[in-house]
Amino acid sequence: MRSADILRFARDAATGYPLRTSLSVLAMAIGVAAVVVLTALGDGARRYVVEQFSALGSNLVIVLPGRSATGGFSPANAVTTTPRDLTVDDAFALTRQPSVRRVAPLAVGNSEINANGRLREVVVAGTTSTYLDIRSFNMAQGAFLPEADWNRGAPVAVIGSKIKQEIFGAAPAVGELVRLGDRRLRIVGVLKSVGQGLGMNTDEVVFVPVSVAQNMFNSNTLFRVLIEARSRGEIEAVKQEAAAVLKARHGGEEDITVITQDAVLATFDKLLRALTAAVAGIAAISLAVAGILVMNVMLVAVTQRTGEIGLLKALGARGATIRNAFMAEAAMLSLVGAFTGYGLGLLGAFVLRRMYPVFPAYPPDWAVIAALGTALGTGLLFGIMPARRAARLDPVQALMKH
Amino acid sequence: MSLIRLAGIERVFHLGDSTVHALNRLDVAIESGEYVAIMGPSGSGKSTLLNLLGLLDRPDAGSYHLEGRDVTTLSPDEQAAVRSRRIGFVFQSFHLVPRLTAAENVALPMMLAGIPAAERTQRVAQALKDFGLDRRADHRPDQLSGGQRQRVAIARATIMQPAVLLADEPTGNLDRATGDDVINLLEALNQRGMTLIVVTHDQKIGSRARRQLMMEDGELRHDSLRDGALPAA
Ligand SMILES: Nc1ncnc2c1ncn2[C@@H]1O[C@H](COP(=O)(O)OP(=O)(O)OP(=O)(O)O)[C@@H](O)[C@H]1O
Ligand SMILES: [Mg+2]
Repeated sequence: MRSADILRFARDAATGYPLRTSLSVLAMAIGVAAVVVLTALGDGARRYVVEQFSALGSNLVIVLPGRSATGGFSPANAVTTTPRDLTVDDAFALTRQPSVRRVAPLAVGNSEINANGRLREVVVAGTTSTYLDIRSFNMAQGAFLPEADWNRGAPVAVIGSKIKQEIFGAAPAVGELVRLGDRRLRIVGVLKSVGQGLGMNTDEVVFVPVSVAQNMFNSNTLFRVLIEARSRGEIEAVKQEAAAVLKARHGGEEDITVITQDAVLATFDKLLRALTAAVAGIAAISLAVAGILVMNVMLVAVTQRTGEIGLLKALGARGATIRNAFMAEAAMLSLVGAFTGYGLGLLGAFVLRRMYPVFPAYPPDWAVIAALGTALGTGLLFGIMPARRAARLDPVQALMKH
Repeated sequence: MSLIRLAGIERVFHLGDSTVHALNRLDVAIESGEYVAIMGPSGSGKSTLLNLLGLLDRPDAGSYHLEGRDVTTLSPDEQAAVRSRRIGFVFQSFHLVPRLTAAENVALPMMLAGIPAAERTQRVAQALKDFGLDRRADHRPDQLSGGQRQRVAIARATIMQPAVLLADEPTGNLDRATGDDVINLLEALNQRGMTLIVVTHDQKIGSRARRQLMMEDGELRHDSLRDGALPAA
């Protein structure tokens, strides 16, 4: 029997029993759609995080105080216990390195802002004028912290858009005096809203000169030092320079950790990829279930069409021909189901993107290929048994069933 | 050389503890172009014999030569090829594929044999015309009368121009008049040289054949060729 005829015969057989055909197509479609939508969600989450990181600013190297656990435990480190403070002078020393474009120290603490008769808890971030460019933020009103000696900052503050909204409403904030903890500061600028970011929400932060923040919290150490490399290729150089400079300044001790945005990103990326794969795996179970359903449907088909199988044998069909016809039918059910499911999945992802525009819910290619492959594979795999059963039927017995 | 030569054929069915000798040491030879009626009481082994002749079943003992070739020793695929090219079946219950049209049903053996679609279409059209079914080509079996269905089945059985046509109670599901039409059709085919073997309960139909084989308890009791005409009952 010619392949084209086998396919046509299988197609007619499938469409000849619309109910059972549509049921197994539906099961397969749901399985594939589940994989597509769930991986779109997982991969969307990954992309979202990646985008958020990119929004941190490009070519960023971050210095934090203390040795990271990944550095390994050494007795020498253990003896000299407490790390030295990561100070503003340390940060300033980094500005002189060749691969460094900009440096911004960051000291963070909590306080209360009191202005316009309102009181509110806020996060206070002490930094310098360079911070604005490193983070690529924009001003809504006024200007960012002025350029000044890092150790002698003016009594000024820049507030996030949400704080501005909550305290001043529509009234202008720039030029107003506010009380932050026990300080009186003048507002010089309002940041443009950047929405929910990773970590702290910048819209709810009050930025002050780093020296003001350190006085306020009575602490010398910085929370982070953000360094922007001159180019992407110089990130590694910046890492080395920062480590070397700070080691020298800290009496030869490696008591800081330098991380790059890339490294953090890679970790998140890996984590979320694993998560997506896991979700895909769980969704794939529904494909296996669909495969079993296809098998059942095909077994029913073999029983239902026993007389027909006997007839085909009487008319000279070889066992292989009958097996191929039933395999082709199972493959068609899976294939149509898989592509229907793919369509449904894309539609689902589209709806997700419409509902959450910030969330790039696109299914990854590998998931689509895997889902279609698994659907076809399971369909064929589970089609083998019924097809062989059909091929092995005793023609005399089969013909008696009608 | 006989078209069909059976020697010492036995077919035994085991049902639990009991064994049924459906065919018992059967020796028959049928020449090309013969018109044979197989008759006998229910359970006498007529259908079993026909299935064996059609290579749908294998004997437990004995040999079967078709056109001089021992076909009992062939592999299943070789037997399928013989069924495809040399044997045509007509069944009591027509056995048409319900989702296929009359034309598609007739084309089925050619499709299974891998004959190209263009040739199929042409041969099916000719066959439907020969059997007076050209206006029913696109009808599905449930849109056809019993007689028309059996005509489609006969067209299908003969489309590959087999050497022998095997019919098990071809009129069993038909009324007298349509049954006679079908028999006339089969006899016309026989007159054009096709060997015709018909299993029937119907004395009248059986007596129209030139040769009668009377079966009883799996044995051949009477062969009109060997023993002369049937004793008047
Ligand atoms: N698959 C089987 N298993 C067991 N016994 C069987 C089988 N097929 C046939 N037989 C037995 O073999 C004997 C012959 O059966 P067969 O069908 O050939 O009879 P028949 O002459 O065609 O009868 P009828 O006129 O009723 O169609 C019967 O006793 C039947 O019960
Ligand atoms: Mg019978």
